Amino acid sequence: MINVLLFAQLKDELGKETLSIEGNGMSVAELKGKMRVDFQLEGLETVMTAVNEEFADDDTILSDGDTVAFIPPVSGG
Amino acid sequence: MNYNISKEPIVIQEVIDKVVNRNAGAVTTFIGTVREMTKGKKTLFLIYEAYEPMAIKKLEQIGSEIKERWPDAETAITHRVGKLEITDIAVVIAVSTPHRNDAYEANRYAIERIKEIVPIWKKEHWEDGDTWVGNQLETVPYPSGKPEKGDIDD
Repeated sequence: MINVLLFAQLKDELGKETLSIEGNGMSVAELKGKMRVDFQLEGLETVMTAVNEEFADDDTILSDGDTVAFIPPVSGG
Repeated sequence: MNYNISKEPIVIQEVIDKVVNRNAGAVTTFIGTVREMTKGKKTLFLIYEAYEPMAIKKLEQIGSEIKERWPDAETAITHRVGKLEITDIAVVIAVSTPHRNDAYEANRYAIERIKEIVPIWKKEHWEDGDTWVGNQLETVPYPSGKPEKGDIDD
């Protein structure tokens, strides 16, 4: 299973901040596609993705136990 | 621990004390505070949230980037999360260097990088509703859906 973390507007949109998804072997892009279909989650086009706390590309392949965070445009400071 | 996310009010002096040393001739301190009026809209309060373990890593990365550019610089950053009222301190960045110009430049570099790569979000609670702030720089931060290679790999 892949642990998925949602923040800011994505968290509000789905009403939860963590999900567990069957996604071993999927790419980040495929996971985003699945989230769009399964949860009608909008706004994934403009997010960055972090895998295990490091920024990752859409073609990064995921393995069981990975933590994937979808990171909307940041606004710290 | 020079890089922190805090749920409590930030004590400015504690951040400064982390970078003071005998080789430093300059310490610059940036204090980011909560502003009431933004383009005629009134903020009541705001909420910051962070992806904390990654935010700390990215603050540390900023410290490493500063060290590469200004090898003599010492940096400390504390960012607050939770509910902040108008005039509350959201972030404190202290940088010390032997000479003042580097301290100014490195400090400016740190705040700009925070706004690019550190997973912290601000939700504005206006008089007439609330919004997550996508981008307070008013540029488009990730046209490709992520920071450019150079932004995150430096």
